[in-house]
Amino acid sequence: MHYEWSAPVAENDVRGLRVNDTVTLTGTLYGIRDATQIHMFDRGRRTRFDLAGHAVIHTAPSVKRVAADAAHPAGYAPICVGTTTSERMERFTVPLMRQYGVRLVIGKGGLREESLKAFQELGGAYLAVVGGAAALETTWVEAIEDVDLDDLNPESLWKFRVKGFGPLAVAMDSHGGSLYVQVRANAALQRERALASLGVKSY
Amino acid sequence: MKVDLEQVEEAARELYLRALKQLPPDVKQGLDRLAAGESDPGAKRVLGTLVRNIAVAEERASLLCQDTGIPIYNVRIGRGVELDGWGLKEAIRRGCARSTREHPFRSSVVHPTTRANAQDSTGRGVPVISVDFVNERDSLEIEMIPKGSGSENNSWLKMAIPADGVDAIRTFVVDCVLEAGGKTCPPTIVGVGVGGTADLCLHLAKEAATRPLGTRCEDPEGATLEQALTRAVNMLGVGPQGLGGDSTAFAVHVETAATHITMNPVAVNMQCHSARRARATFRPGGIEYGF
Repeated sequence: MHYEWSAPVAENDVRGLRVNDTVTLTGTLYGIRDATQIHMFDRGRRTRFDLAGHAVIHTAPSVKRVAADAAHPAGYAPICVGTTTSERMERFTVPLMRQYGVRLVIGKGGLREESLKAFQELGGAYLAVVGGAAALETTWVEAIEDVDLDDLNPESLWKFRVKGFGPLAVAMDSHGGSLYVQVRANAALQRERALASLGVKSY
Repeated sequence: MKVDLEQVEEAARELYLRALKQLPPDVKQGLDRLAAGESDPGAKRVLGTLVRNIAVAEERASLLCQDTGIPIYNVRIGRGVELDGWGLKEAIRRGCARSTREHPFRSSVVHPTTRANAQDSTGRGVPVISVDFVNERDSLEIEMIPKGSGSENNSWLKMAIPADGVDAIRTFVVDCVLEAGGKTCPPTIVGVGVGGTADLCLHLAKEAATRPLGTRCEDPEGATLEQALTRAVNMLGVGPQGLGGDSTAFAVHVETAATHITMNPVAVNMQCHSARRARATFRPGGIEYGF
């Protein structure tokens, strides 16, 4: 199934997603990174943004400071908006969902067991974007609408306005499905075959 | 041949931008080759997106990847070159900082404990500048590599023992690729260092990971390992972005060095599918840019 969505999204809709579905987003998307979440969840800072029902993407973009106008409400033009490896931020999925009501996490490389459990319990999903395809991804970003915690630049909390952001693959769903778990389990099975091809006996 | 340091600064600035925007032909061909041989439809789609991304970056002169990396400059100096070595390093540093501020693009470099970002891609010991000397006359080569963190965060060193033999090396490489999964932005170039000291072993792995596709290890022992390991890691089914498929690695590259009688070190360093690099060669006739 393919879904064209505009956040905020309802819990029921997110619970309808299954691994291998695809989602394309239009409208608001928040950008968040290591330092953003270290400051929000380890150092007690709060954002003025209402993230309830929203999607966050693991990113720290290249931006250019420009005069604020209708096209650049925050005084920033996007130069390159891409995606970083999600797993470093694994322990922030639960507080993002519990404290802020985030429903969708977008990233690359996947999240781990604790996030998968949170998606089940609280109603969420992980959407995989193709990492390293930032030139293309940037063409889906219309504007940087606002920014918070900007002393952490480039790891500020960014509010993007996006159009046709996707298709993103549902890689972890709220039913315990995870493409990453499947691929890892299969790779562990293939390990013996790979080592045998190398003539390795004793490992 | 005398080298003008202002030209070095300019080249250091230009090289960073070129590396961030244009992939070398060997990497583009490598992607086409993987896409042609991929049997998994989802993996084929991901590879197609990567090919499209390269075209968009070239059309719009935009950055290929958001990660501007840790800047690495490899300098190779010919025997007839006269230059102020300290001045050369300073010029590279200035060019690197100017590139970041003038374009502008994201400075990905912070102090390791305060996490303060000077917003110009420089800091203590960064850019990384490696200097070597080559048996050529009038040639100064500067290679620039923006090393992304997704792949760099997946680096390993194992001080194996001689009794474990080459099997320890083979097993370690397979297990590192397995552990990395999708975090390194596969398909990757898996760089393997074999031998040396602990630090040399890791350096060899980095050299291997950043070597052009299609090149082989000069040590025949290393070359044999490369071939067998390339086949083996591609049996794991990790696939592009770790979402499954045949295309886990473009290649495994190996570099070797002699080691101690009691040692058997092996290191792995990876390069992501955006295997960026740019090269400037100074000759008496002028500066030539390439990959």
